[in-house]
Amino acid sequence: MGGSILGNRVLRKEDPKFLTTGGKYVDDLLDEPLLQNAAHVTYARSSVAHGRILSIDTSDAASMPGIIAVFTGADLGLEPKPSAFNPMATRTLLAMDKVRYVGEPLAIIVSETREQGEDASEAIIVDYDILESLIDVEQAMASTTLIYDACGSNVVFDTTALGVPENTGDNYFAGCEVVVKGRYINQRVAPCPLEVRGAAAAWGPDGRLTQWLSTQHAQGAPEPIAAANGVDVAQVHVKTPDVGGGFGAKIGTYPEDLLLGVVAKRVGRPVRWRETRSESMVGLGHGRAQLQYITIGGSRDGKVTHYQLHAFQDSGAWVDMGTILAPFMTRPMSSGVYAILNIECRTTSVVTNTTPTVAYRGAGRPEATAAIERAMDMFAAEIGKDAAEVRRLNLIPKFMEPHTTAIGGTYDVGNYEESLNRALEASDYAGWRKKQAERRANNASKQLGIGVSVYVEITGGVGTGESAKVEVIEDGSARIYTGTSPHGQGHDTSWSMLASEQTGIPMDKIELIWGDTDLVPVGTGTMGSRSLQQGGNAVYSVAGTLAEKAKSVAARLLEANEADIVLDKDKGIFHVAGTPAVSKTWADLAIAEKATGGLVHSDVIGVAGPTFPFGAHVGIVEVDIETGKVTHIAHYACDDAGTVLNPMLLEGQIHGGVAQGAAQALLEEVRYDDDGNPITSNLADYAFISAAEMPSVTVIHMETPTPNNLIGAKGIGESGTIGSTPALQSAVIDAVSHLGVRHIDMPTTAERVWSAIQQAC
Amino acid sequence: MIPAPFDYKRASSAAEAIALVGEYGEDAKFLAGGHSLLPLMKLRLAQPAVLVDIARITDLSYIRDAGDHIAIGALTRHMDVEKSPIVLQHVPLLANAASHVGDPQVRHRGTIGGSIAHADSASDLPATTLALGATYVVQGPNGVREIPANEFYVGFLESALAPDEMLTEIRVPKMNGATWGFQKFNRRAQDWAIVGVAAWKRGNESGVALVNMGSVPVLASSVSQAIASGASIAEAAELAASEAEPQSDLNASAEYRVHLAKVLVRRALESTNA
Ligand SMILES: Cc1cc2nc3c(=O)[nH]c(=O)nc-3n(C[C@H](O)[C@H](O)[C@H](O)COP(=O)(O)OP(=O)(O)OC[C@H]3O[C@@H](n4cnc5c(N)ncnc54)[C@H](O)[C@@H]3O)c2cc1C
Repeated sequence: MGGSILGNRVLRKEDPKFLTTGGKYVDDLLDEPLLQNAAHVTYARSSVAHGRILSIDTSDAASMPGIIAVFTGADLGLEPKPSAFNPMATRTLLAMDKVRYVGEPLAIIVSETREQGEDASEAIIVDYDILESLIDVEQAMASTTLIYDACGSNVVFDTTALGVPENTGDNYFAGCEVVVKGRYINQRVAPCPLEVRGAAAAWGPDGRLTQWLSTQHAQGAPEPIAAANGVDVAQVHVKTPDVGGGFGAKIGTYPEDLLLGVVAKRVGRPVRWRETRSESMVGLGHGRAQLQYITIGGSRDGKVTHYQLHAFQDSGAWVDMGTILAPFMTRPMSSGVYAILNIECRTTSVVTNTTPTVAYRGAGRPEATAAIERAMDMFAAEIGKDAAEVRRLNLIPKFMEPHTTAIGGTYDVGNYEESLNRALEASDYAGWRKKQAERRANNASKQLGIGVSVYVEITGGVGTGESAKVEVIEDGSARIYTGTSPHGQGHDTSWSMLASEQTGIPMDKIELIWGDTDLVPVGTGTMGSRSLQQGGNAVYSVAGTLAEKAKSVAARLLEANEADIVLDKDKGIFHVAGTPAVSKTWADLAIAEKATGGLVHSDVIGVAGPTFPFGAHVGIVEVDIETGKVTHIAHYACDDAGTVLNPMLLEGQIHGGVAQGAAQALLEEVRYDDDGNPITSNLADYAFISAAEMPSVTVIHMETPTPNNLIGAKGIGESGTIGSTPALQSAVIDAVSHLGVRHIDMPTTAERVWSAIQQAC
Repeated sequence: MIPAPFDYKRASSAAEAIALVGEYGEDAKFLAGGHSLLPLMKLRLAQPAVLVDIARITDLSYIRDAGDHIAIGALTRHMDVEKSPIVLQHVPLLANAASHVGDPQVRHRGTIGGSIAHADSASDLPATTLALGATYVVQGPNGVREIPANEFYVGFLESALAPDEMLTEIRVPKMNGATWGFQKFNRRAQDWAIVGVAAWKRGNESGVALVNMGSVPVLASSVSQAIASGASIAEAAELAASEAEPQSDLNASAEYRVHLAKVLVRRALESTNA
């Protein structure tokens, strides 16, 4: 053997279980001792988008078969609590004075079976004084109806409050030869993890609350859970079973999670809760939902000199994470990969009577990328130049030292032109352009569209490092404790590869422990594509230190000098250099150390800063000119995530990312009617993408390591989503641009494309 | 997503099923593949008190060559219709339409009888059998009667079936070498049609029916009349929506549906499938 395992296509350790017996999710915890005799919790939800609650009558529901208890916010004595992002906005965990979106929880039913709970929820009668429902940010800003009276406005966050000046308006572009304006909708989408939300809660005989949670960040949960239950944070133990996807929407805790302990205490029984898909579509946070006004200016030869963006972020009905993505994620990335000397970006976050928005795969960076990429296309169209060439003209040249853009974003390393070149070459961009020209010349009913995007994003922006603990036990196997929180990414495989590389312990003798706040009290979870660069990096570092520690133990046992001890990683044994016949195994060392606390090392390993993955995507679509129907026929993705640990896992992230990005460009949109009723609240109406809508994705290799961590890795979890959306939106517009179409909002549904053609003709 | 409480009875023959439904009256419903009824029940849009399961009446699952027509038992699954050599030979349009229903799971559970009895204008098989001039055989407490497809669909999810009548057989005339086309326009592969068209043509004879162009499946008679009187396909297709009253919904405006109907009727009739 010999050589490093790192960088190899190592098969996922997780898969045999998932493919045979299946995962064990919150709802599968049937043999859990603490959850025996658990009652079921069902939430009754608001059926109106905006209204004052006049009364909630739970008496009929309470007397139905199998109903243990029904609670309103008043019954539980809930108090309004401020948002972390705007303290003037306050709410109770169950709506009491007012409901603000369809689906907002307003009463809790505890029942023997789930079915009984659902029946009873229909019998809860709520009287409302209906208020104007505000579905759209511009409508909400114009209205005198306030969603949070104490805020005095439906605008709940604005960069002007951070001291960022207002955009200067059209004067900014006075010196530009070419100026183009646009209004783009980065539509609201639903994360749709396969596993919906779920949790269970039990008070133990020791008075502690154990809460099982489908989450991306167990260590973030005890504090809000303790607060909701009025206990000390040390009294809360959070455990994470397998999690079937999150996409950002399971980072935080929801009212439905926080109230379970309260209810369990009231009824004197453990409780479990799992939402239905219909509930999940309105209860799990949504993503994107940004309205963008852009102006771009420059010279006729293709140089962009000025760019102005005003992003209006739809926060939904609560001032949640979605509120701050525009100012803190979109704004710093607004320059994209381009060297634009003059940039202004203001963001304004607005509450509406819709599901609250949260971080969703990309979280603010896809919005920044979509805006600048669309603007680049519009600029190129205006001056009649190839969109790829206009991009090339404006790219920030290769840099291997940190680079700061005019808007103040500081990127680690970048080689954007190379990624563009590779994507153009691998896709045979010139060849597609030729085919496109032929179809145009023949007036073919199916036209080709080619879209290019070049992007840079920020990953590992959350957290400044991660905890890791590696311990070797007496049988020579190892346990890794990590503060990250896998829910599909393959951390078991990756972290085992990293620890195996350092220790020589085979991967199948390494176990990963995560998501249990007693076993792993410190952790920042899995979000913002941070896990490998912070969590994996920590495992790599800690396992390395443990191997060094082990050498000193081996030296003691072998009665040799520590400096003379070598670790033979192929065999996983320690010996004195030159005399391999006399050796000690990891098991020997673990046994020797047992009495003195074990063979273990634990630390929190910091990183030098976030990283900035970049790349270029080329998307190819076919558009049926008569009907407007779009078919995604080819996709080329060059995503530079720094040093690649496992190409197979990397490709999986890219494939999934491209699928979700394509879904936003082509298919998905959460919609409401004028009264604020959701009209896409199941997977028949919401156009969740399927494999049948995807071409096979060509992944193009490129590795520019970051200096910000030991392993050179940047994030890959979100890149596919960020690069693909603008490339595909652009491709659709490109397919019909010869008919005079300049812009089509996402999703580029057949009817939208058809209407755009009708209007242009 | 959880149905309201209901009772469940399993019938082993048509007569038993009809008797059971008769016994429980208006609140009872036949359950065939369950792929239309159960989703409605889960959303609590339908709350029958009793389900009479007919899915295991195996002697109503068959496909027979009956001379001038093909006889299909009401409980025949979509997948069996799609793959049947008899259907493929004599009514290929129907086999093709069946292959476009939902996804493979749906096609293994859903039945042709359930699809027709449910009378959803957005379903593929009601319109297809309408275009083909099919006859439906129904059995009730007082015996058997035949209903021509063009008299069967009376309103939104409403048919000429009495609550205690069961659809037992679908008789589809052989196509005898007609060319045909089935056009299903949807967002995703497994979706319902935004607009669909089933059409066949033999000389100046034709049958054209539309999916999801109003509250009932629509027979586009004006198109067939135009073709009979010598119009070109392109000219005739312009009349595609003459009989339709399409709705606007999440997926399309009425105006766009009309446009789609015209394009799809033309494409279906121009198709050279035989
Ligand atoms: C995800 C999904 C996608 C789908 N996509 C499509 C699609 O693209 N195109 C399409 O056409 N269909 C589609 N369907 C519907 C599918 O084709 C159904 O199978 C069909 O519409 C109903 O057949 P069934 O046997 O399941 O009927 P059931 O659901 O069992 O019954 C439907 C109704 O008909 C009644 N009924 C059933 N059988 C009889 C009978 N013999 N006599 C009298 N009454 C009867 C029942 O009482 C009930 O009211 C889809 C379904 C699902 C779940």
